Amino acid sequence: MQLDIQIKRFNPEQDREPQWREYTVTLEPTDRVLDALHAVKWHHDGSLAFRRSCAHGICGSDGMMINGRNRLACKVLIKDLRQPIMVEPMRGFPVVKDLIVDMAGFFDKYRSVRPYLISDEAPPRTERLQSPAERERYEDTTKCILCGACTTSCPSFWANSAYVGPAAIVQAHRFIFDSRDQGRAERSAILNQASGVWRCRTIFNCTDACPRGINVTKAIGEVKKLLVKAATRPPHPPPTRD
Amino acid sequence: MNLSSSYASPKPAGGLELWSWVFMRISGLLLLGLALGHLVLMHLIHNVDEISYAFVATRYAGWFWRTYDLLMLILAMLHGMNGARILIDDYVHPVRWRRLALGVLYVGCGGLLALGAGVALFFQPVSH
Repeated sequence: MQLDIQIKRFNPEQDREPQWREYTVTLEPTDRVLDALHAVKWHHDGSLAFRRSCAHGICGSDGMMINGRNRLACKVLIKDLRQPIMVEPMRGFPVVKDLIVDMAGFFDKYRSVRPYLISDEAPPRTERLQSPAERERYEDTTKCILCGACTTSCPSFWANSAYVGPAAIVQAHRFIFDSRDQGRAERSAILNQASGVWRCRTIFNCTDACPRGINVTKAIGEVKKLLVKAATRPPHPPPTRD
Repeated sequence: MNLSSSYASPKPAGGLELWSWVFMRISGLLLLGLALGHLVLMHLIHNVDEISYAFVATRYAGWFWRTYDLLMLILAMLHGMNGARILIDDYVHPVRWRRLALGVLYVGCGGLLALGAGVALFFQPVSH
């Protein structure tokens, strides 16, 4: 089939403003948007710049706005989209070139929530065990692939880039609710700041945008409730492990 | 660094944004009930044509409706003002403009709140 695809192009060495360019490529309806981008780059304009790596929805490299919604180009089939397909970079990040955005700030915020296991207990001889129920508590937020689709669909982030953003909160949630982790207070202090979870206005764009189907808004709500509980209950000693 | 020590004394102990979030949820729920009650009374049980000075005077003869209206006024004004504060915080970035916008908001809301509260608290019926 003939496919019309419009791509918002920007070359910082030539353009003052991004501009839309239209391409017509031949593809199967069951091909993906990523295949369309490949067709453009390989057969029409080799200067087109975009990120992609695994091409199977796992690495999160090809997050972009497709027909007005943040998606992974490798997970969206041509037949499911209205033509012409409009592809542009994710909003809210500085554009480096074409569909490539600068995600340095995004990863700074990711690192700010301490996205790793914090424990001062001596490492056990085998694994740090937990029950299936304890594992299930944070199952949803383990699915995050850090593509940035949620953060760049969030109007609060567009309005104020100081907001830590849904993706970083999801990552914090993954460890805050992990029974083996002891860094809850540190992460809570970070997320309780004005640029933390309280900038979430419960708009649900993030949940809608997540290509992994994570209930992002629910996870943010759980962190908010945890902070309220911490503020209304007296400090408690760390849990002891038998 | 001993991380257990930080766990033992959790830092998040409130803050304006946290309590503002709690207030918005509680006041929102209360306002839903209060506003629905107001709607039923003023627009379904009584016709708008019936609402006159005498109607208000009769209503404000006791403290129940004064308290009801005062509670609704305080919650609605603070809920709305906080919502507008959040909007200003999100979208007005230059410090001077933000201060000006917040100043206008607080003075305006404070004035309206004082005016409404004055009526609810000190209304005295005048006989014609």
